[in-house]
Amino acid sequence: MRINQWLMMLCISVFVCRATAGSDVLEGRALTFPSDYGSHADFRTEWWYLTGWLKTDGGESLGFQLTFFRTQTTVTGDNSSSFTPRQLLIAHCALSDMHRGRLWQDQRIRRAGLGLAEAMPGDTHVWIDDWSLEHKSATYIAKILAEDFALNLSIRTTQQPMLNGKAGYSQKGPSPLSASYYYSIPHLQVTGNIARNGKSDTVRGEAWLDHEWSSQYLDGSAIGWEWVGINLNDGGALMAFRIRNPQGESHWTGGTLRNANGTIQVFHPQDVKFQAKRTWISARTGIQYPVQWRLRAGAREFDLTPLLDDQENDTRLSTGAVYWEGAVSASEAGKNTGRGYLELTGYGEPLRLR
Amino acid sequence: MVRGPREAFPESVFVKLAHDPAVSLASPILELEVALPGVRDAFKVLGVDVFRASAMQPQLMGDIGPHILQLFVTDSIILSNQAAAQLHLRRGDEMQVIVGSKAKKLHVLDILSPDTYSQPLGIMDIASAQWIFESIGNLNRVDLRIKNGVDVESFKKILAAQLPTGVLVITPQVERDRAVNVTRAYRVNLNMLAMIALLTGAFLVFSTQSLSVLRRRHSLALLRALGVTRLALQGALLGEGVALGVAGSLLGVLLGTFLAAIILRLLVGDLGNNQLQVIGASLRAAPIAMVVFLIIGTVVTSAGAWLPARSAARQSSSALKGTLQSSSLVGISRYLSILLLGLGVVLTRLPAVGGIPLFGYLAVAALLFGSILLVPILWIKVLNKMPRTHRVVLDTAVAQMRDNVKLSTLSLSSIIVSFSLMVAMAIMVYSFRVSFDHWLSKLLPADIQMREPLGNDTAFWSEQDQTRLAAVAGISRIEFRRTRLIALDAVHSAVTLIARDFNVANIADVLPLVQPSLPLASNLPPIWISEALHDIYGYKVGSEVAVPLAGHLHRCFIAGIWRDYARPAGAIVISRQAYLTATGDHGANEGSIWLSKGQPAARVTAMVRTQFARQDSIEIMTSGAVKERSMKLFDHAFVITYALEAVAVLIGLAGLSFATSSTALARRAEFGMLKYIGLRRKQVIGILATEGILSSVFGALFGLTLGAVLSLVLVFVINRQSFNWSIDLAVPIWQLAILSLVLVMAATLTAIISGRAATALDAVRAVREDW
Repeated sequence: MRINQWLMMLCISVFVCRATAGSDVLEGRALTFPSDYGSHADFRTEWWYLTGWLKTDGGESLGFQLTFFRTQTTVTGDNSSSFTPRQLLIAHCALSDMHRGRLWQDQRIRRAGLGLAEAMPGDTHVWIDDWSLEHKSATYIAKILAEDFALNLSIRTTQQPMLNGKAGYSQKGPSPLSASYYYSIPHLQVTGNIARNGKSDTVRGEAWLDHEWSSQYLDGSAIGWEWVGINLNDGGALMAFRIRNPQGESHWTGGTLRNANGTIQVFHPQDVKFQAKRTWISARTGIQYPVQWRLRAGAREFDLTPLLDDQENDTRLSTGAVYWEGAVSASEAGKNTGRGYLELTGYGEPLRLR
Repeated sequence: MVRGPREAFPESVFVKLAHDPAVSLASPILELEVALPGVRDAFKVLGVDVFRASAMQPQLMGDIGPHILQLFVTDSIILSNQAAAQLHLRRGDEMQVIVGSKAKKLHVLDILSPDTYSQPLGIMDIASAQWIFESIGNLNRVDLRIKNGVDVESFKKILAAQLPTGVLVITPQVERDRAVNVTRAYRVNLNMLAMIALLTGAFLVFSTQSLSVLRRRHSLALLRALGVTRLALQGALLGEGVALGVAGSLLGVLLGTFLAAIILRLLVGDLGNNQLQVIGASLRAAPIAMVVFLIIGTVVTSAGAWLPARSAARQSSSALKGTLQSSSLVGISRYLSILLLGLGVVLTRLPAVGGIPLFGYLAVAALLFGSILLVPILWIKVLNKMPRTHRVVLDTAVAQMRDNVKLSTLSLSSIIVSFSLMVAMAIMVYSFRVSFDHWLSKLLPADIQMREPLGNDTAFWSEQDQTRLAAVAGISRIEFRRTRLIALDAVHSAVTLIARDFNVANIADVLPLVQPSLPLASNLPPIWISEALHDIYGYKVGSEVAVPLAGHLHRCFIAGIWRDYARPAGAIVISRQAYLTATGDHGANEGSIWLSKGQPAARVTAMVRTQFARQDSIEIMTSGAVKERSMKLFDHAFVITYALEAVAVLIGLAGLSFATSSTALARRAEFGMLKYIGLRRKQVIGILATEGILSSVFGALFGLTLGAVLSLVLVFVINRQSFNWSIDLAVPIWQLAILSLVLVMAATLTAIISGRAATALDAVRAVREDW
């Protein structure tokens, strides 16, 4: 679920502009690895989404988020130019700096091609100039060189991919065609460096990877969504999402819980319930975000508390999008049981084409 | 910025640059001058990768952002505000471009806000531009942003060594300077002409003020006698000059702005190169420049008033009262004059400073002032040599002038300054015109000329087109040419390469060579360079140079130099065969047609046009019409020179008539005396007229000689150094004769008129007035 609003804008415009034929997402196709770690250029949209909690050597807590997003454009025809923008690649990276109470972020958008920006099939390897994410021998290497900050992280997998929905087929609406292929890899172990304003810190922490691809993601009734991914302290993992309709009600919900022993519980719409507990109003944009939640997933009930209220991503100057995305801690019956990332979109203006 | 020749370099160069660790951002660009049907000028289209380009120029993304996906559609183009206005296009309209010999349709997606680009241009996606303009795999420009801490100069050197031939590294400053350079020579010339006019003006102020001091010598002497100190008197006279200067300069600036507005509206052509149009000339009132002009005008006027004021105040009251005597001015001025003339000659030998013939202009000033200092010396000699004729009027006139040398010298000098400058400019323009005419005849031997829009990269005629054109009935011969722009170095503007069919043996019939072509010494392909290449790049006849063609350097033999008035940046002529061998490019974009006997040009022209299925952008004109238009453009460009000439003549004549009338008034007592001793009024007027004729004939002869000398400097030094082309000297004898005659007649006429006014008083009163 995991795409920021600007990417979403592009993505929707792709959907609306022309119903180009991307491959359909069908129930029953078994995901195979490592080839499904790689890019699926036949599908209209795809993303690799890393989120996590980091701690510096000095004991400072940080949240980080890194996305590589691929989308087909509407360009057809027989232009043989190697610049022909048949695919766009977009990368977005943000650091939630609790200590400074600010968000560091940067983004890039390029056409795929010429070896300068590519999403490779076969295994995860995607890059835009000197920003890259590559999967090699059970480890993801992430390199981001932004204007005023930089990440150089080595992210080791400790668990098998968690297949969301029906063995990786994740339905997003009442229609079975409105769906994606979707797996998550929780409990990734992170080591590496983070530089801010040229000052480098060694960090370690825990992360979560989402990889999702689709040709018909939403069915047009969506104005926004909640998404959360939690690394549970006992080694388990929880992913839950809710898609809202224009009335602000649930349009569709879903989720996956993998227990510490590896058993998987797939949630149907009636199993998941998001309930807002506290709102925060951004002084910058005046937008009101429900930042604290009670989430029911099957039999379990989680309280989600943000690490920092202000984790609003304001990219209006460059792209016109505002959304909230940030680190949260999860507790059950007052006891901390996990940490993760929460994404809230569509609380400002409804998603719309510019 | 990395810039390639217009025929582009492979896009792998961009990929390599984008990977360079010293580069933080590389933005690929395909920049083309595109032919549009029915539009005379080529239209600039930038094929850009909007994502990369907007990182360099964020405003671009703000403008295009909403349309980014539609811009990817191959036929989409976004126009700058200027372009939309010029082409009368609006959002959603269709426009056509000519590629090869085909027309292609584009869709106007949007119009940019006026402040994104000030010039008329179109923006396309780079992939669309490569596809539409059949330039797949090619770029011709990459904009680079270098990482912090990388030394630009040393990086430039490293880069230059890696790039393919003909691809140059240019820092943005150089790019800007180039655009300015194109028009600099022209602008500097105009500025210098204006400065000369100002100096002439100062001289006129000087002579006018001197004369007015003379005229008021009685009042001044009275003032001194009444106890006004020398300093106070000098101050008052100087103040008078300053006041006149301020008023005159203010009026001048206002009038000048007004005139500039009118001229800009009327004139578009300048040397036929449309240089002013290229930089988007429009009237801009520059407040600082105006204030500077105001100050210069005032200072010059004050300086002109200062000398007479000082000399008036210096003289004792009794000396002031007396009549004017010839002074010892002659002794000093002789040496100063020789010094100045010598300096002037030396200055003509010096080279241009940064493309500006600075020393040439200084030489003109030195020669001018040196000669003016010679005027009294020569004038005395001439007057002394005059034989006595025993004719009362003539002898009296000569005697009067001999005794009043200083007085007559003043008015003579001012007329000589303006007249000689006028003569010099007349000779220069005439010489240029004659040479231009010859050049045109040489270049346009055929009956009909045809070409695609000048400087465009996209429209050309394929081999099949050429075969079809050659087969048109009524054509006895057709010659095709291919012109391209190539960059020879990173500093100068691109040079035009002209590949044309000719027999090397008959080169002198085809090109206006300035010296006979060398026999072809080697088996290297011969080229003929225009004078600009010799002057700017120092290329010598008989040497070998490397010319970048299709991404490779080709050694060529310089067989000769020809004169070219059309391409100030320089041009190279190569045989089409050699060009074809080097590039494999069969295309042509210009042609000359010789008609079969008795075939009407209009019919053949119409037939030629039907050979293209597309709506064409081809300009077809008879050579006669081209010549006519060129000469018209030439004259148009020199209207300003003619106007300056007219102004110089008017100022000269005004100065002359003022000088004559004020001296006549000052000499009322003398005329009274003459009448008293028995001369008739008619005879007195006759004396004045004779003085007028004699001095103006002397002035005209002196001015003609000085003007001829100055014209040599203008033609052989200033013109050559400004424009890097030569002109053959030609003298407009009739024009000069008429000008001289007008000068003499005007001088005589004003002498008679002022004489009549001055002799109106009766003799007794006139004598009495001189207490």
